[in-house]
Amino acid sequence: MTITKSTQYSRRRSRLSRLFAWVCLACTVLCVCVLFVLLGSILRHGAPWLTATFLTSYPSRFPEQAGILPALVSSLWLIALTALFSVPIGVGTALYLEEYAAASTWRRLVQLNIANLAGVPSIVYGILGLGLFVRTLALHRSILAGALTLSLVVLPIVILAAQEALRAVPGSIRQASYALGATRWQTVWFQVLPASLPGIMTGVILAISRALGEAAPLVAIGAATFITFIPNNPGDEFSALPVQIYDWAARPQAEFHDVAAAGIIVLLTVLILMNASAVYLRYRYGKRIRW
Amino acid sequence: MGSPPINGEIVAHRRKWGEDIIHVGLFCCAAVSILTTVGIVGVLVVEAAQFFREVSIVDFLTDTRWSPLLKPQHFGILPLMCGTFLVTVGAAIVALPIGLGAAIYLSEYASPTVREIVKPILEVLAGIPSVVFGYLAVVSISPIIRDWFPSANVFNAASASIVVGFMILPMVVSLSEDVLRSVPRSLREAAYALGATKLDVTVKVIVPAALSGIVASFLLALSRAIGETMAVTLAAGASPKLTLNPLESIQTMTAYIVQISQGDIPAGTIEYRTIFAVGLALFVVTMSLNVLAQWFVSRMQEKYE
Repeated sequence: MTITKSTQYSRRRSRLSRLFAWVCLACTVLCVCVLFVLLGSILRHGAPWLTATFLTSYPSRFPEQAGILPALVSSLWLIALTALFSVPIGVGTALYLEEYAAASTWRRLVQLNIANLAGVPSIVYGILGLGLFVRTLALHRSILAGALTLSLVVLPIVILAAQEALRAVPGSIRQASYALGATRWQTVWFQVLPASLPGIMTGVILAISRALGEAAPLVAIGAATFITFIPNNPGDEFSALPVQIYDWAARPQAEFHDVAAAGIIVLLTVLILMNASAVYLRYRYGKRIRW
Repeated sequence: MGSPPINGEIVAHRRKWGEDIIHVGLFCCAAVSILTTVGIVGVLVVEAAQFFREVSIVDFLTDTRWSPLLKPQHFGILPLMCGTFLVTVGAAIVALPIGLGAAIYLSEYASPTVREIVKPILEVLAGIPSVVFGYLAVVSISPIIRDWFPSANVFNAASASIVVGFMILPMVVSLSEDVLRSVPRSLREAAYALGATKLDVTVKVIVPAALSGIVASFLLALSRAIGETMAVTLAAGASPKLTLNPLESIQTMTAYIVQISQGDIPAGTIEYRTIFAVGLALFVVTMSLNVLAQWFVSRMQEKYE
C-alpha cells in the first residue's frame, strides 16, 4: 500500500518536472518567435516599397515619392563621426583603467560611474546634448552636435567591451615584454593592444550599431524629419534613418507605415552588414593569436 | 658628475617623458566619463532649478493634471509618472516570467547546441532598434488589441507594454541565465543526491540561490523599460492621464520629452523648461533602480566568491 502510494507520488513528481521543462522550453521558443514574427511582418509590408526610387529620393508628402537618401547619408555621417570620437576616448579609458590606474578609490569611482552611465536612458543624453552641444557650445542642430551626443551614449559600451578584451590578455605576455626592457606604453602598444584587437573591434561595432539605431537623443536635440538636401559637412542640418522611420510610422496614413517598413529594411540591412563585418574581423584576426 | 650624460640616459629620459604624457592623456580619456555624469546632472539641475522657481516642487509632485501647453497650465508630473508606471508594469508582466523561464531552460535544460543557436538569436533581438518595435506596436499589435477589446484607443498603453516587454526580454534572459549558471555545481549535485527531481533542484535550490542576481536583472530591465522612448512615443499616444486602464491612450515621461523637443517651443520659456524637470525625474528614478540592482549584484557576488 505505502509502496504504491510512494510510486504514485514519485510518478507525479516526475510528470510535474517534465511539464516544467516544457513550459521553460515554450518560453524560449516564444523569445525566438518574436524575432521571426517581427522580421516577417516588416518584410511583408516593406518589400514592395523598397525600390530604386525609394533609395534615391528625398522625403515627400506623397508616400509613392518618399525616399530615404538624405536620412541614409546623415546616418552614415553620424556613425562615422561617432566612431571617430568614441573609439579613441573609449579605448583610452579602458587602457587607463586596466593597464595604468592603480587600484584606488578614484579607479573604483570611475568604474562605478561607467556602469551607471550605461544605464542612463538615451533620451537623457539627448537633453544633455541639447543643453551642452546645441546651446552652450552653439553647434546648433548640426551633424557634429548629433555625433557628439551619440558618442556619449555609446561610450560606456565601448569602454566595457574594451576592458573585457584587455582583461582576456594573459599577464605573462606583459611580464615577458617588461622583462625584455619595454616600457609600459611599448608593452601596451606592441603586445596588449594587438592581442585584444578582435575583442575591441567587436565591442566597437556593437556600439556603432547602437548609435545607428538610436533615435531618441537625436529627436531631443532637434534632428529634422524633412530635409531636402544631402548633408555634406558636419555643420549641416541632419536627419537619420531611425528618425525618418519614426516620422513615417507616426503618420496616420497606412501607406506611410509601409514606407516606414521599407525604411526599417534599409536600417536593418546596414546593421546586418556591420555585424557581419564584425564576425569576419573576429575570424580573420582572431586566428593569429595562439596561447 | 661633470661628464656629459651618455646617450642611453638621454633616451631613457625622453622615454620617461613620453610615458608620462601618455599616462596623462589616458587619464583625460577616463575623466570624460566623469565629466559626462557631471554634465548630465549639471544641465538637468540648473535648468530644473529655473523651472522650480516658477512652479513649486509640491505642486510638481502632487498636482494630478499635466497641461503645460494649455490654459490653465498645470504642472503635476503624476499623470506622466502614471503612464510610465503603467507601461513598465505591463512590460514586466510580459517579460519577467517568459524571460526567467527561457533563462532556466537555457541554463538548466538546453543542450550546448541549442544554446549556441538561441543565444545569437537573442543577441539579434537585443540589437533591434527601439523605433522598429514602435512600428510593430502601431501596425501589428494595436489592431489585434482593438479586435479583442473594441473599446481600446488606437494608441494605447497595452500595445506599448507588449513591445517594451519584447524589447527587455533578451536582457532578462541573458542576465538571468548568467547568474543561474554561476550557481556552484556542488549545490545541484547535493540536491540530486538527496533524490530531488530536476524541478525540485531548479525551483527549490538553484533559483533561490541565484535570487539576488535574478532580482538585479529584473531591476535593470525595468530601468530600461522606464527609459524606453521611441516605441512608447509611437504606441502609447500623447495624452497625459491619471489612469490604470491599459486600453486608454496615455503619455510617458520620455514621450513627453520627445513631444516638446519636436515642437516649436522657444528656449527659455517655462514650457520649454518642463523637459528638464521631467528629465531630472526620469534620471533620478532610473538611477535609483540601477544603484539598487548593483547592490543586489554585489550581494550575489559576496555569497559565492
